[in-house]
Amino acid sequence: MTGDGAGDQVSGGESQVSGAGDQVSGGESYGDFEPVIGLEVHCELRTRTKLFCGCPNSFGDAPNTNVCPVCLGLPGSLPVLNAKAVELAMRIGTALHCDIRPSSFHRKNYFYPDMPKDYQVSQYDEPINVGGWLELPDGSRVGIVRAHIEEDTGKTTHAGGTGRIHGSSYSLVDYNRAGVPLVEIVSEPDIRSAAQARLYAAELRAILVATGASDGRMEEGSMRVDANVSVRRRGASELGTRCEVKNLNSLRSLTRAIDYEVRRQVGIIEKGGAVAQETRHFDEAQGATVAMRSKEEAFDYRYFPEPDLVPLAPDAAWQSEVAASLGPMPAERRSRVSELIGARGGTAGDGATSASQIATVVELGLDGLVEAAVTSGVDPGLALARAANEAAAGGDAARGLDPAGFTALLKLEAARKLSATQAKAVLAEMLLHGGDPATIARAKGFEVMDEGELATVVRQVVDESPGEWHRYLEGEEKLAQFFVGKVMKATRGRADGKAVIAALDRLRS
Amino acid sequence: MSAGLDQPAERAGLTGSAALTSEVAAYVARLARIELSAGELDRFAKQLGAVLEHASQVNALDTGDVEPTAHPLPLRNVLRKDEPRPSLERDAVLAEAPASEDGCFKVPRILAEER
Repeated sequence: MTGDGAGDQVSGGESQVSGAGDQVSGGESYGDFEPVIGLEVHCELRTRTKLFCGCPNSFGDAPNTNVCPVCLGLPGSLPVLNAKAVELAMRIGTALHCDIRPSSFHRKNYFYPDMPKDYQVSQYDEPINVGGWLELPDGSRVGIVRAHIEEDTGKTTHAGGTGRIHGSSYSLVDYNRAGVPLVEIVSEPDIRSAAQARLYAAELRAILVATGASDGRMEEGSMRVDANVSVRRRGASELGTRCEVKNLNSLRSLTRAIDYEVRRQVGIIEKGGAVAQETRHFDEAQGATVAMRSKEEAFDYRYFPEPDLVPLAPDAAWQSEVAASLGPMPAERRSRVSELIGARGGTAGDGATSASQIATVVELGLDGLVEAAVTSGVDPGLALARAANEAAAGGDAARGLDPAGFTALLKLEAARKLSATQAKAVLAEMLLHGGDPATIARAKGFEVMDEGELATVVRQVVDESPGEWHRYLEGEEKLAQFFVGKVMKATRGRADGKAVIAALDRLRS
Repeated sequence: MSAGLDQPAERAGLTGSAALTSEVAAYVARLARIELSAGELDRFAKQLGAVLEHASQVNALDTGDVEPTAHPLPLRNVLRKDEPRPSLERDAVLAEAPASEDGCFKVPRILAEER
């Protein structure tokens, strides 16, 4: 997989663009041409240990602290397959409607220092998961060729020069990642636009998180995407020559890289040229794909069966156990939240906003929070907004939020016992250290501002800005927000925005 | 690795019973990063040719009703629990390496050709 160093995280890519609900940049048009895209997604599995040894599978530890004779490839060491990795691979396969088959492991041989063994163990002609499909939120379906198990490679950092291989004088290698379990999910070339590729990657990420197989963190490299891109004349049935684009560290890079690559290939063909089959690297800064290998030399990995590992054939009982343990997948959970919100009504925003918020909470596994809050009477719009924005910003901590505490907080806010700003501050504290919202609010000195106190502050800011007040009186309604801002500043967020506007109204009348 | 299972060995002429040329031997040597003299290439081409010849004799047998053997041991599903075990001491590990820096293995510049 990364034998050519493509997977190296040398350039700090941009951070993850969150949420399936992000606006996809639709409407790309390539004239008479149609893109044909297939994606290969590498997903690091959330196991405690590596694929073939008991070293911790842990991101961000000091270099080379999670290494042992097996993952360093020391002579005489022998790999033993991690049962949890197999289970997670089966969960992925089941969620993607694949057949789970008897499988085996091969050695992929290459010389590159990211693997100390000089080979990577991967499933080759007999992968564990074969065939399947994934349905996108827009109703389109993308076929899955296979989803196989393999081990990740180490991380190389090229010292000197630009950080890229070219121009560096030596490289530093950290083998903490070497041997971390991966599942590689290979799609059929069913994708027809950069926007659809993004939808696929976002939906797949949501599914991987829902199965418990992945944390879905693209910015930490736990989900990495390569795109196989070709173009052909509309209506043509044969495929064009494809290029593989690597180093897609975010959904945004994926969209940009595919769009660039399609335009590049169309440009070549329109000028009468031919696209050369090659591997290309997406340069984040330039927004362009660049060829990685000058020679058209097919890598000969000399695959052969891994003699130190025996075949894998999960029996029917294990397979049904895995299938039974899978919770509902994102599509089903999105409809459940929509139905719940539809039934409760309330102040959920316009359709697009709430659909985007629903996608985000489901993708991040926060729909349980929303369900708990809404079923105990919290306004759906408020529950969705706090979950999709403030809770979601807490990252992993959000999944650990106690639904009862979340609900209690929103009830305080809905009852105006906390202003929106105060509620957000309490939620931030709950994400950091946990705790009961009422207790946190008291500790922070948050209390309801009574009407009299608020009226005094409002009077004060109005007196400080006579010009604005005059224009407001003349009907310039948007200045209400100006005064709300002033009051918030003066009260350090203790005031309630709606109460401020009500107080302004009283002053005006 | 994409879905297509390329067989570069076939392109290199490594299958079939045809005599193994010294060009193919040189290709294999390059993949293994072994430097061989012309005389050695010639000698190894003959020896590897004999091995391939033997394999092609086995290949000629009708094995239609024989189940493929993935492993000589009659075992499947050898698995371990997902329980961490202590890793090695980093200093001890790096002490075995020819060079290290900042807790990492230090390796020579990767040649452009290898990219």
